[in-house]
Amino acid sequence: MTIADTLHETYTALSANRVRSGLTILGIVIGIASVIALVSVGQGAQASISSSINSLGSNLLIVTPGAQKGPGVAISAGRGSAKTLTQEDADAIASQVANVAAVASEVSGRYQVTAAGTNTNTTVDGVTSAYPAIRNVEIDQGSFITDTQVASRAKVAVLGPTTATDLFGDGTDPVDPASVIGQTIRIKGVEFTVIGMTVAKGGSGFSNADDMVYIPATAAELFLAGDQYLTSIDVQAASAGDMTQVQDDITTTLLARHHLSDPTQADFSVINQADILATASSITGTLTLLLGAIAGISLLVGGIGIMNMMLTTVTERTREIGLRKAIGAKNGDISRQFLAEAIALTLVGGVVGIALGSAISFVVASSGILQTSVSWQSIVLAFGVSGGIGIAFGYYPARRAASLNPIEALRYE
Amino acid sequence: MIEVKNVTKTYGAGDAAFQALKGVSFTIDAGEFVAIMGPSGSGKSTTMHILGCLDTPTSGTYRLKGKKVSDMTDEELAKIRSEEIGFVFQSFNLLARTTVARNVMLPLIYDEKVPVDERAERVRAAVRAAGLDESLLERKSNQLSGGQIQRVAIARALVNDPALILADEPTGNLDTKTGELVLGTFQKLNEGHGRTIVVITHEPEVAEHAARIITVRDGLIVSDSKTHARRRAELAD
Repeated sequence: MTIADTLHETYTALSANRVRSGLTILGIVIGIASVIALVSVGQGAQASISSSINSLGSNLLIVTPGAQKGPGVAISAGRGSAKTLTQEDADAIASQVANVAAVASEVSGRYQVTAAGTNTNTTVDGVTSAYPAIRNVEIDQGSFITDTQVASRAKVAVLGPTTATDLFGDGTDPVDPASVIGQTIRIKGVEFTVIGMTVAKGGSGFSNADDMVYIPATAAELFLAGDQYLTSIDVQAASAGDMTQVQDDITTTLLARHHLSDPTQADFSVINQADILATASSITGTLTLLLGAIAGISLLVGGIGIMNMMLTTVTERTREIGLRKAIGAKNGDISRQFLAEAIALTLVGGVVGIALGSAISFVVASSGILQTSVSWQSIVLAFGVSGGIGIAFGYYPARRAASLNPIEALRYE
Repeated sequence: MIEVKNVTKTYGAGDAAFQALKGVSFTIDAGEFVAIMGPSGSGKSTTMHILGCLDTPTSGTYRLKGKKVSDMTDEELAKIRSEEIGFVFQSFNLLARTTVARNVMLPLIYDEKVPVDERAERVRAAVRAAGLDESLLERKSNQLSGGQIQRVAIARALVNDPALILADEPTGNLDTKTGELVLGTFQKLNEGHGRTIVVITHEPEVAEHAARIITVRDGLIVSDSKTHARRRAELAD
């Protein structure tokens, strides 16, 4: 039996019962399409979360103060609440740790911010000039805080677009950046002059980077916090490969500076951006797997539909099988023919399903819900799975057809 | 060419065992036209299954063209059916909604020895030999008359140039006139083309178209002789 013969027989057999073949194919189409669409949604979510985390800054390590512990009884007042980090710690990291590209200190807190007639409660971040480079913050209009302004404790502020709109806008429309520059805002009663506005970054998943007021770190210490402690130190490693070494060296340096010998007693913690990314990836990866598994169940049901149809077909065509055997078809010829029919059903279903799944993914992406992506891996997987289902669910009916006794098959009514 | 020696066939086992053939021996030479006749339950169908290499005997030997069929495996049986046997069935067994050409060609797709480019010519030759017009080739099998259907089946049996054509009650589903037509086709194939033909039937009138009649009853041969008054079929279409 040549391949052309097999294809001809398969086409004839399947087109003899178009409605039944079509419904069976539909089962596979739904299964494959849901696998493709749901996996693309899952991967889209993964990509979106990864890019949010990367927008925090690249090769970023964040040093935060540890939990404040009372003497004797270990009462934790919450991580990051302790006052253990100083500007000297930041300087030590910059000068003593190798492969550090930049260091920025932060003194942040939430304060009521007022402007002419409006007010908002937002995060006021005391920062140094290295901050924009490390945290991927871009200036839309005006300028960012300079080293001179940090040294002189200048009362200047850079606004995030959301805060600017809250203070100077007239409702929902984004405010014109140029009109904001030079305005005066009051934070905790202290007047600051607006010197710049940042470009919108979008939500980062954890906090809104656009709802922010940046002032010099020294001014934040003097006018707002009232002490000399930092709320965090942002460190940018020279490259992704240096992250672990830089993290270890920061720990060693700060332990020595804080006169601690036991790392478990550390009064600070170093958060590695790669760790955050890995955790988020593993969560979204699990989500994608879950979605894929649910879709996989419908694919399984579709496969059972194929088996059901093939078993019915074998019974209906018992006499034909008997005839074919009588005129010289070997068991292999018969099983190959029925297997080919099952595989043809799944492959047609696979192709249509991939098209439908990609279309669904495209609709989701173009409606702006999520930037989905249909990867070639999921198409190859879907194709492989549909072919595999054809073989797996077609095998038993094909074997059954091949094992029929020709004499009994010819007599079958 | 066909050599059957002490063949028995038992179905089932133990108390339920039924011996369909109780020791049958005969030979058929190339070019003979033989009818195997007997009532239902006589063992004639079992004889046909063994002659047609669809089944193997419980004991005894069957040789076809010198090859010992009685020891063959399923795969070898399929191969010898493909190369040496052409079947004609009572219920025709054409593929529905399929053209005459494709129906007649069916045995060739299972015979690797016939090159693909020879198929069309083989089909035309078989259709002509079966007494059909070539204009029917592209006709679907459900657009044919009873006599045409059975002659398409005969063409299908001829297409792989078998050593033996085996017809199981070939006129059983046909009226007398079309039955005559089919039997005439067999006579012509036998006399004109030298084909070896074995017809299985329970009707004496059908058997009398053959040159030799083997009568079986209760699993044994009761007579084996030349046909006394051989009938000539009228070959009118």
